[in-house]
Amino acid sequence: MSLLLQFVIGLTFGSGLVLAGMTNPAKVLNFLDVAAIPTGGWDPSLALVLAGAIAVTFIGFKIVLRRKQPIFADTFHLPSAKELDVRIVVGPAIFGIGWGLAGFCPGPALTALSGSSVSAFQFVAAMLIGMGAARWAANGA
Amino acid sequence: MNALTEFTPVASLIGGALIGLASVMLMVFKGRIAGVSGIVVRLFPPYEDGELLGRVAFLAGLIGAPALVAYVAGTLPPQTIVATAPVLLLAGLLVGFGAVWGNGCTSGHGVCGLSRLSMRSLVAVCTVMGTAIMTVFFVRHVI
Repeated sequence: MSLLLQFVIGLTFGSGLVLAGMTNPAKVLNFLDVAAIPTGGWDPSLALVLAGAIAVTFIGFKIVLRRKQPIFADTFHLPSAKELDVRIVVGPAIFGIGWGLAGFCPGPALTALSGSSVSAFQFVAAMLIGMGAARWAANGA
Repeated sequence: MNALTEFTPVASLIGGALIGLASVMLMVFKGRIAGVSGIVVRLFPPYEDGELLGRVAFLAGLIGAPALVAYVAGTLPPQTIVATAPVLLLAGLLVGFGAVWGNGCTSGHGVCGLSRLSMRSLVAVCTVMGTAIMTVFFVRHVI
């Protein structure tokens, strides 16, 4: 039951990404291209995706987190880290360069896999190696 | 060449709301943050919490989503990938490493973190936007 539910949640998440146009790297890159605002090539769609997602999540989390526990688990697993360390800047800085180069972030890249484009496979394969390397480096440090 | 894309306010708002709905569902049912990079990196060992199959189920849904949209809507939005293989490989390495090093990506920090008013996520999102915008500027307007 729980597994089926998590499949449906993934399906909902991915459908949102597809509908929002976020599985199209060109759309993401055209959002990031702020220099194109005066020339009309800018695509502000991504800002609305984030706005729609945050509006629902902000209100939803407020309601859900009033519960004592989740429906199919014992506790809520919320990140406890609060301090601003170097990693919270360095990681996203590296991430942003990769995002700006190809226009893919992890969710949309995975969703793009089923489109059978070689490009998505190349990106995801490299992404898995990068993730493994970061986890290895973090555990070794 | 840069591919022009159309501004899609309604589809993007609805798509965003669906992403939010999925995040709220994962929280109410499993008590987990819907962060894609966090879910993917936990496919690697060590397996501490017995949630591996659930993560696989979520990712299967994520990957299968275009088939559902194509079935329901009869068509899929256009997809244009202009990056060449070497660029895609480099970008994938950077995105994967950076997401895990910074404890989250667009979904974990951008959607869930900002919704929880997390200062760490705000710093992460602003940093990502900063370097991503600079990278696109450099690639499209400098070289």
